[in-house]
Formats: sequence, structure tokens, C-alpha cells
Amino acid sequence: MNWEAVVFWAMATLVLVPAFAIVFSRNIVHMAFWLLGTLMGVSGLYLLLGADFLGMTQIFVYIGGINVLLLFGIMLTRSEPVYVRRLAKRPKLAPGLIIGAFTAFTLVSALLGAGWRNVPGEPTETAGILGAFLLSEYILPFEIISVLLLVVLIGAAYIARRGSREGAE
Amino acid sequence: MQTQAYLVVATLIFLIGAMGFLIRRNILVLFMSIELMLNGAAMLFVTFSRQLRQMDGHVFVFFIIALAAAEAAVGLSILIAIFRLKHRVNVDELTELKG
Amino acid sequence: MLFQYAHALIGFLFGMVFVALQVWVLVRLLSPKVKEPMKDSTYECGEPPVGDAWVRFDMRFYTMALIFLIFEVEAVFLFPWAAVYNKLMAITAGKPGAWFPFIEVFLFVVILAIGLIYVWRKGDMDWVKTTMHGRFDDKHVYHVADDGNPDKKSVA
Repeated sequence: MNWEAVVFWAMATLVLVPAFAIVFSRNIVHMAFWLLGTLMGVSGLYLLLGADFLGMTQIFVYIGGINVLLLFGIMLTRSEPVYVRRLAKRPKLAPGLIIGAFTAFTLVSALLGAGWRNVPGEPTETAGILGAFLLSEYILPFEIISVLLLVVLIGAAYIARRGSREGAE
Repeated sequence: MQTQAYLVVATLIFLIGAMGFLIRRNILVLFMSIELMLNGAAMLFVTFSRQLRQMDGHVFVFFIIALAAAEAAVGLSILIAIFRLKHRVNVDELTELKG
Repeated sequence: MLFQYAHALIGFLFGMVFVALQVWVLVRLLSPKVKEPMKDSTYECGEPPVGDAWVRFDMRFYTMALIFLIFEVEAVFLFPWAAVYNKLMAITAGKPGAWFPFIEVFLFVVILAIGLIYVWRKGDMDWVKTTMHGRFDDKHVYHVADDGNPDKKSVA
């Protein structure tokens, strides 16, 4: 067992255990912190895959931005520690679990049976390559993203402002 | 590490997220489940990017992360607006559009 | 390349172990044991806490986090461009289209600057003062009900 396998299994555990905890936990604040574990694990797996810039982006945007926003969302919608109801009203848990297990089994067995050739390759710094892509092939999505972010900023700020200044109407 | 190990982990994240989306009823939890599914899909992109030695997968994941941020901003704003209006965040109780 | 991350990982693990050691082990060994109710309060030397920690947050925190998130994504998008810019300039210097990378990103920043101007002008970035009785801004005083009810009445 080499060091890469050790780090991989540690990161896989860090991803999957919190993911299960999110689905089955009762306290919503705990869920937000479990999500943090999953996001960190995914970031570590990106680094292992040689995607250094994406791993850092994952930490900045997901952990530093989205998770914080999520925590504020939780704080804004809870006035006491109400535990969330675990399941749907009519959960249909048994058929769901059977179908889910079947899907998981099919997908995982298909993935394992596909016989991928392992092409490790020496990872490089990806930020510059990504920049070259953004300036040539993906220039239109790059500009559209800026328009999207503008619309999101204006729209979300508008909704949030109405919520805070005028209250429930 | 073998490629299929990453693929299996990504698939499992996606399936856990999908399961959470189906069995939980709080909008915030549904939201976290969506984040899990997005992460699983993004990890598939990165894995195949390494397998095929093409950087396009990285660009896609980059855009996925930006879109996830946009989705988080708008989704949580709408959620808070709904909460201020109805004082509940359970999707079973928000049935105004059912007709 | 992957080994470079090992430094970061070792630093991270060392930090975690160090903090855990301090919080759980060193404190047990070194601190004097005093049993007082004051010791259990949240801020031993500060304000006595009022109410519980589950009071609903002010909306302004959310708006700030929202603006931060959007501009953080913008900054992350500028980073790959900055990483490749000098190399690109060296290649295309003097040729037609040498300004193209600059103009592209200039457009990107200008489009998002419109959003910045919008939230600035609309007052989403003002941190208006809140008192015990309400919130003041230019025109109105908004009463905040004691139970944290979001129904606020404007009393001008």
C-alpha cells in the first residue's frame, strides 16, 4: 500500500461518511458542518487527481462561500433548535432503498468491469492551462458567466432586500 | 490510484445526494443534497480529464463551481423569502402551486 | 508535483494535532481547577449573554455573504487569466489582437462592476446601526418586535 492509496482512502472516507451523515442526521447545523467535511474531501481528491487549481477553487468557493451562505441561511430560518423531521411524510423508504441499492450496484459493477487502463501521468500546474482555455475556446461561456453573476447578484440582493425591509406581506 | 476508484467514489457521492434529495423534506437539506450531487458529477469530469489527458473537464468543473455559487445565492434568497412569507421550510407544506 | 502537496498535508495534520493537544491534553494538565458558575458562562470576562444562541440573525449578514460570494467567484475567474497573461503577452506582442485578452477580461470586470454599483446605490452595503428599539436609516425607523417577528412597522 503506497502513500497515494493511503491518502486516497482517507479522503474517500472523509467524503462518504459525512455524506451519509448529512442524509441521516437530525440537527441541521450539524448537517452544514458535515457538508464541510465532504467538500474538503472532494478538494483533497481533486488534488490527488492533479487538479491543483480546482482543489483550491473548491475550498475557496464551496467552503469559504457557499457553506457560509448556507449557515447564514440556516440561522435566518430558525428561531429555535427545531429538529428537522427526518423523512418525508410518506417516505416510501423500502422501495427507495431497494431501487437505490440496485442502481448503486449496477453503476459500481459497470464501472469496475469496464477495465480502465491506468494512465497516471505527471500532474502539472493547471491554472495557466485553464486560463489559456478560457481565453480561446471557452471565451463565450466566460463572458456569459459574468452576465449570469450580474443577474444573480442583482436578483438575489433584490429578494433579500425585500425580505429585510418590508417583511412578510 | 486506479481510475475506477475515483469513479466509484464520485458515483457514491451522487447516489447519496440523490437519496437525500428523495427522502428529506427540508429545503435546506435538499439544497445540501444538490450540492453533493453536483460534487459527484464534477468529480467524474476531473477523473475523466485525467484519464483522457484533456483539460476540458477542468474547465467544465470550473463553470460547475461558478454555477453552484450562483444557484446557492439565488436559491437561499428565495428560501429566506419563502420563510418570511410562510414561516416554514418544509416542501410537503408548501403546496401553493399544486392548483 | 503531488509530493509538494505532502508539505501542505503534513502542515495541516500537524496543526490539527497541535490544537487538539492544547485543547484536550495541555489544558487538563496545566489549568487550575476552580468550580464556579461564572466559569461556565460563555464569556467569562465579558458581557453576560442574554437569551440563547438560537436568535435569528439579521438579514444584513446574509446580504453581505451573498455579495462576498459573487465577487469571490469573480476573483477566482480572474486567477487563471492572470496566470497566463504574461506568457500570452510575450507571444502576441506587437501583433494585431494583442489587446484581446485584456479587453476580454475588462469586459468581464465591467459587467460585474455594474452589479457592484447596483448594490452600492441600493444601500445593500450600508451597515446601518441597530439600537435596542429599532433600526435607523435615512428616512424611517423600523421597529423590531421583541419576539424576532419579521413584521416591522415603519413609524417614519
